[in-house]
This record gives sequence, C-alpha cells and structure tokens, in this order.
Amino acid sequence: MRDARHGAARLLVVDDNKVNRLLLARNLELQGHSVALAENGRVALEMLRRESFDLLLLDIEMPEMDGFQVLEQLVKDLQLRDLPVIVTSSLEGIHNVVRCIELGAEDYLTKPVNPVLLKARIGASLEKKWLRDQQKELVRRFATPEVAQHLHESGFALGGKRVRASVLFADIRDFTPLAESQPPEETIELLNTYYTLMFDAISDHGGIVSLMMGDGLMAIFGAPLPLPDHCASAVRAALEMVQMMQLFNLERAAAAKPQIRIGIGIASGEMVAGHAGTNERATYTCIGNTVNLAARLEAHTKVARRAILIDSETRAGLAGEVPSEPLGPVPFKGMAAPVEVFSVKAGSS
Amino acid sequence: MAQPTIDPATLAELQETAGAAFVVELVDTFLAEAPLMLDDLKSALAAGDGDRFRRAAHSLKSNSNTFGALTLGAMARELELTGLDRALAAGGAPLDALADEYSRVAAALSELRDA
Repeated sequence: MRDARHGAARLLVVDDNKVNRLLLARNLELQGHSVALAENGRVALEMLRRESFDLLLLDIEMPEMDGFQVLEQLVKDLQLRDLPVIVTSSLEGIHNVVRCIELGAEDYLTKPVNPVLLKARIGASLEKKWLRDQQKELVRRFATPEVAQHLHESGFALGGKRVRASVLFADIRDFTPLAESQPPEETIELLNTYYTLMFDAISDHGGIVSLMMGDGLMAIFGAPLPLPDHCASAVRAALEMVQMMQLFNLERAAAAKPQIRIGIGIASGEMVAGHAGTNERATYTCIGNTVNLAARLEAHTKVARRAILIDSETRAGLAGEVPSEPLGPVPFKGMAAPVEVFSVKAGSS
Repeated sequence: MAQPTIDPATLAELQETAGAAFVVELVDTFLAEAPLMLDDLKSALAAGDGDRFRRAAHSLKSNSNTFGALTLGAMARELELTGLDRALAAGGAPLDALADEYSRVAAALSELRDA
C-alpha cells in the first residue's frame, strides 16, 4: 500500500514549448515518475481519455486549446474531474492564478519551475489523490456505482429530503450464542461471508446498505436515487438474501457447522433521507416511522417464525408479483395502531 | 545593463538539477526553437495577429529565463505585456533589438555548451 501511495506515478506534461516540456519531463523522471508528453490541450485531453494518469502538469498559454479550456473540460468530465492538476506557467498577473484555482487546479507553479518545490507539490497532490481514491473505494464498497456517483456529485452534502422508499432490516438469528461458542476468527470470517452475500443481493436490486451493526444491517431502496419499483426491489433482494443463506448453509452442513438463519423486515413509505453526521464523518441514512416499522418487523420474524415480513404498503407495491400471506394486525411498540403484517414465502421455489 | 548575457548562477543550478549532459541537449533544442519563435513574432507582427505575437513572446521569455538569459527574457516579457500595437508603433524596432540580443545569447550558450 505504501508503494501505491508514495511511489512512482504516471504523469502527463502538457506544454506547447519544447524546451519547457523536456525540462519538466527530465525533472519528473529524476524524481522517479514516468512521464508522457502532449504539445497542446486538445492532444492532452485525447490522451487523458485514452490512458490513465495520476496527475496532470498543465501549461496555460497554448495554441489550439489553452490550459483554461482544458480545466473547464476536466470539471465537466466525470471520469477526469478528480485528476489532480498542477498548473505550470509563466503567465503574468495574479488574476490568472486565481482563475486556474477557481477552475479546479490543485496548485500553481511559476516557470521556470524550481525542482524542489515541484517535488513537494507533486507529493502533496498525489497524497490527496490517494486519499480521495480510498474514499471512493469505501463508497464503492457500500453502494452501487450509480449511488456512489450520486454521493460523489452531491459532494456528500449534509442535509436531507423527503423520499418514498423501502427500508430493509436483516440480522442473523441467535447470533450471540453462536459467536460465543466458536473461536473469534471463525465469527469474523462468518460475518465477512454473510456481509458479502447480503451486499451482493442488496446492490443487485438497486439498494444501498446504510448501516451495519454486528450481525444486523439496514438497507435503503429508493434513495438517494429514486427507484420506481422500490417495494418489489426490496422484496426481491430479501428473497435473494434468504436463497443465498440456503446455499451457504449447504456448505456449512457439509463442514458440519451449525446452520445460519436470518430474519428480514421491510416497510415502505415516506421518510427523510440524507447524510447525517458531521463533516468529518457522515453516513447516508433514512429516518422516520417507516424505518422504525421495518426494524420492528425484522424483530417480529422471531415471534412469527417467518424469514421475511413486510408491511401493507410494501405488499401493495408488489402488485401480486410475489405471493404473500396475511398474518393479521400486530401491535408494535411505538406504533399508534396495530399494523397489518404479511409474510413473504421464501425458499419455496 | 551590467547584466551578463547569461546569468551563470541560473545556468549552474539548471546543470546541477537536470544534469550537465541533459542541459547540452536542452540548449540544442532551444537554439533550434528560438529562431522559430523570432520568426513567429515577425510574421505575427506583419499579420497583425496579437494572440500569436503574445504567445511567441511568452514562450521566448519563459525559455530565456530557464537558461539565465535574463536580458533576453526581460525584453520578451516587455513584448508580451505591451503587445503587438506598441511594437508596430515603434516600427518593429523592438524585434530587431530582440534578435540582436538573441544572437548574443546563442553565441554565449554555444560557447558554454562546448566548454
């Protein structure tokens, strides 16, 4: 990991002047980086879209397409907007420096560029890129590519909005005694397998996992991006989760290990969705009665002895696509009136 | 104008950071490219192309400063900032002065390169 963070990077140098281009490339190569060259902005953009680079060193004054235009193009390009850019120019006037920074340049170095300063600035930019890549990877692991992109575009802005969505809660039955009866390594390995299977099932159906607590998780369908059939998507994900666990149990049975059962509760309706937390640490989550109900339904699976329980709104959203069985009204703690509960038949197919 | 044609400290630093052998190569590149920039300035002046004029002056300024040709760099900078109209008003005289200074720079750099 340290190599990726501090080792050689692949850099693109754009300058219409040959002497500048060669000298910059020489300095960068002496610092251990590999360097490609472009003689104007248009050629540079073509190369950036074709190959992958860690950092761009950009001249401003160039024929065909100047550095300002390159910066404008990069901001608009979702694939390239995070590419760090260091402007190297001998352009006169502080307003030009300001314009570069406003257009998203990471830094501005005046030519002739001092090699020591160059090294420090490149190190800092690559470090920032590495951290951004880490953050993106983290988001990718927790969300589908579409959702990750949405989060990224919204800049992880704190704040919320009202959405119609489905919330799914799941956990492993009798997990605590199981965890206490086996070596800790085995428990962690079990959890990792469990989460991998559950995450796959959830993201396959357009959901995002918003919380993980021990052996429990909460997933949202329909936020931050709207999902037209969020009820059916959540139920289909639940069915896949149960099916995954059945397959996993076949493996465990073969290894003479105890079976793992999960319970899933799904409720649908209006809720407040958004990033909650501080600017340093925030999570995308949903709040509201619907969320509480989903949690109650999940807990109720133990009492009802069913794998998947849903509320009437989720059932209405299924439009008969998946058969469900009414279990009658159940009084839940925190709910004003008893709630109609339905069981979705899992694993019968 | 007690300033030397080539500032020895700037050139020495360049040789130290980029390597003397590489600087020989770089000087050759400059000696091949700079006459094109001077031509570019002249034809931009004749064509009344202010953008091209400014860009050529800018390029020459930047390279001159790299090698420590500070007088040439200052003259090119002046042209970059005052632009085409001033040079036209002066009947192109600043370009002649620039060409003369470049001859001195080229001679000095060739000498240093071969030393």
